[in-house]
Amino acid sequence: MALDSKIPNGPISDKWTDYKNHINLVNPANKRNIDVIVVGTGLAGGSAAATLAELGYNVKAFCFQDSPRRAHSIAAQGGINAAKNYQGDGDSTFRLFYDTVKGGDYRSREANVHRLAEVSANIIDQCVAQGVPFARDYGGLLDNRSFGGVLVSRTFYAKGQTGQQLLLGAYSAMNRQIGRGKIKMYNRHEMLDLVKVDGKARGIIARNLVTGEIERHSAHAVVIASGGYGNVFFLSTNAMGSNVTAAWKIHKKGAFFANPCYTQIHPTCIPVSGDHQSKLTLMSESLRNDGRIWVPKKLEDAQAIREGKLKPTQLAEEDRDYYLERRYPSFGNLVPRDVASRAAKERCDAGFGVNKTGEAVYLDFASAIQRYGKEQAKIKHLDENDADLVKQLGTEVVANKYGNLFQMYDKIVDENPYQTPMMIYPAVHYTMGGTWVDYNLQTTIPGCFSIGESNFSDHGANRLGASALMQGLADGYFVLPYTIGDYLSADIRTGKISIDLPEFEEAEKNVKNQIDALLSTNGTKPVDYFHKRLGKIMWDKVGMARNEQGLKEAQEEIAQIREEFYKDVLIPGTADSFNPELAKALRVADFLELGELFAKDALHRNESCGGHFREEYQTEDGEAMRDDENFAYVAAWEYKGNPSDAVLHKEDLKFENVKLVQRSYK
Amino acid sequence: MNLTLKIWRQTNAQDKGKLVDYKVNDISPDMSFLDMLDVLNDQLIVKGEDAVAFDHDCREGICGMCSLFINGEAHGPDRGVTTCQLHMRMFKDGDTIYIEPFRAKAFPVIKDLVVDRSSFDRIQHAGGFISVNTSGNTQDANSIPVPKHDADRAFDAATCIGCGACVATCKNSSAMLFVSAKVSQFALLPQGKIEAADRVLNMVNQMDTEGFGNCTNTGACEVECPKGISLENIARMNREYLKASI
Repeated sequence: MALDSKIPNGPISDKWTDYKNHINLVNPANKRNIDVIVVGTGLAGGSAAATLAELGYNVKAFCFQDSPRRAHSIAAQGGINAAKNYQGDGDSTFRLFYDTVKGGDYRSREANVHRLAEVSANIIDQCVAQGVPFARDYGGLLDNRSFGGVLVSRTFYAKGQTGQQLLLGAYSAMNRQIGRGKIKMYNRHEMLDLVKVDGKARGIIARNLVTGEIERHSAHAVVIASGGYGNVFFLSTNAMGSNVTAAWKIHKKGAFFANPCYTQIHPTCIPVSGDHQSKLTLMSESLRNDGRIWVPKKLEDAQAIREGKLKPTQLAEEDRDYYLERRYPSFGNLVPRDVASRAAKERCDAGFGVNKTGEAVYLDFASAIQRYGKEQAKIKHLDENDADLVKQLGTEVVANKYGNLFQMYDKIVDENPYQTPMMIYPAVHYTMGGTWVDYNLQTTIPGCFSIGESNFSDHGANRLGASALMQGLADGYFVLPYTIGDYLSADIRTGKISIDLPEFEEAEKNVKNQIDALLSTNGTKPVDYFHKRLGKIMWDKVGMARNEQGLKEAQEEIAQIREEFYKDVLIPGTADSFNPELAKALRVADFLELGELFAKDALHRNESCGGHFREEYQTEDGEAMRDDENFAYVAAWEYKGNPSDAVLHKEDLKFENVKLVQRSYK
Repeated sequence: MNLTLKIWRQTNAQDKGKLVDYKVNDISPDMSFLDMLDVLNDQLIVKGEDAVAFDHDCREGICGMCSLFINGEAHGPDRGVTTCQLHMRMFKDGDTIYIEPFRAKAFPVIKDLVVDRSSFDRIQHAGGFISVNTSGNTQDANSIPVPKHDADRAFDAATCIGCGACVATCKNSSAMLFVSAKVSQFALLPQGKIEAADRVLNMVNQMDTEGFGNCTNTGACEVECPKGISLENIARMNREYLKASI
């Protein structure tokens, strides 16, 4: 099967407008007769559900949490990009487009990224109209901050809770439609299979997580907005429930899975403290606006710090290595995430790590506190040579900007980051890979769409900070509602889809069989035992640096764990009750398949690009070495029974508006 | 450290439920409270017993899914945190810890420590929004200036995570802090003023329908709120309600 990305013709800046002008529409009276299922209620799913309902479609929305407001978009901290150029610093749609393509290490689709940059400004207008309380300056206008990999300030934010405020905005738009009966909300439900009728997506099988009941739901189209699959690593900044199941089920039904190996390892997370840990916590990239990253210059100082004999605040300025500022003078601490993560790993591997495990670097706010303190003293006509006063004033400014992040850090690590530098280390955060979609955001299954983090489309091999929120809301508010109409215009005479069709019966039977098999295994080990083992292999061999041998071993070892899982997993409770362990087992079963495909994809890509770093392919000074001649394509995998048998399809990436060059932040 | 846990076990909404004793050993002070419950659950599963059900998701204090009444306090003894951010260093070796669900008539128990908080969602359906469709053609964001002071207060109210600690803490099981946070957010912003009267009347009406109690100005909700939502919001909602009623 040849992949058709359906990119419209014409100059890149006109494609989306022209396309919208020519696609088919569904008239308002007919929309009332069309049902759409949306799985997931984060920024992408929530905004899509609300907008589709506003347009007049009957929406059924599903989430596994107890309320749509809990989706993990809520945890996004730093901000959302938009090419508003409110700061007058030369920003434009083209610059946002260019930065995103370059940031993604030239592995994303130009047309999609340009559309994203075009609609970015609408998102801010829409959110403000909905009452999202973005940060403002004293003149009452919106404030901006800067994020990694760009030279302008285009990031809108709401302290360290931007994701929360945007999600609650989408949630409020959903609530309005739920109240009107246009969205039927299914909380505490998990999608366990896609139902296809005559080759088209026509519904899902879902499990009611409270009663255990297996339910059939039909629709004219199914939208997957179930987020990313970072939890394949067990430890990640994702929520405990974040999973690949919905995306993986459609993959098994024919949706190609693209670039699974593109994973973002975020540079600033709180380091792992021990084996007991269930999840990792991010410290927003926005902190790199004001925090400086360093390790000791001398190995003996690093060792003394690790042994608790020396405090970081005792180290003189000349004994500190601000390695990002040293290696990348033009971007400094604001290099993109993949670059910052690898640089931290390089220093720690060389023995300069600063916590007990040797896997941490400092993120220091002392200079920012000084700088802001002096500024405030000047504004308030106070003595700028009074050290205590300057520190107090500076601390107030920093607290105002990042207060909740500092509090989170303090609670987890039990150290006051206003007094001593934070310790941070990279952790799995976001997955750029996902289900392959065309320009319409449709997967290779007709009628099955994929939006937000669950698709592969806009970030290439590395996502820039504050772009995930932008993509989620762009897809849900401004792209999918148009493109899905073009597909649904052919369905105005179809009528209601019956859930009594044999295809529903068969899918339901398969789900029930899988559940029965898992429950009756009655082995000796809880689900987490297998998940932790999978995570360790992923982190050690498919993590920040990968090589051929490790990837081959990983594939074999994951297949082995999968086999053991089906023989030896122990799940308490029953199928027809509230059973979180059973829900977890169903998710881990899918991670155990995805993990193997992930390693296979990483092994086949004989180059380093963005978040995918193969040790064999690096320059002399340790930068990623791309191979545009052989690998400037999207790797879309077709399911064939076993992850190892997956078949590769290539979508060649054509760059007509951005010149391919080695990415440099020096 | 070694601990004794007294945990509320209840098979389903119909079951009467009771406290059951458990022991956990070798708990590290760096563990979060939920990490500790994970350890207990792995022990129970291997012994062939049913795991203790509790709600949780983000485990970083923002999704509002985790709950738990720990030693008589919503989200436990620490201040300004949710249960998932509560660390075991707050307890001592040999402690006995009581763990119960959030209790309120409007929050029926689903199983063990898991309660149904969909009443909160229904209050939001009644008016927790600004009626603006997604067009992308609304006016430019900067054409609605908002004084920084108002924007900051609206933001502070909007940081409510909808966990229900206020209800669980209140002797009347009142949801006033939760409802007033949303009413305040929109009342403070020019965008929200247009529907302010309908919003407050509808949301308060739904709150009463769901069976939440009344506010008697005790202020316990503000103390226990993991996000520090201010009691000022309740006063503002009362003013808004009065304005809308006359």
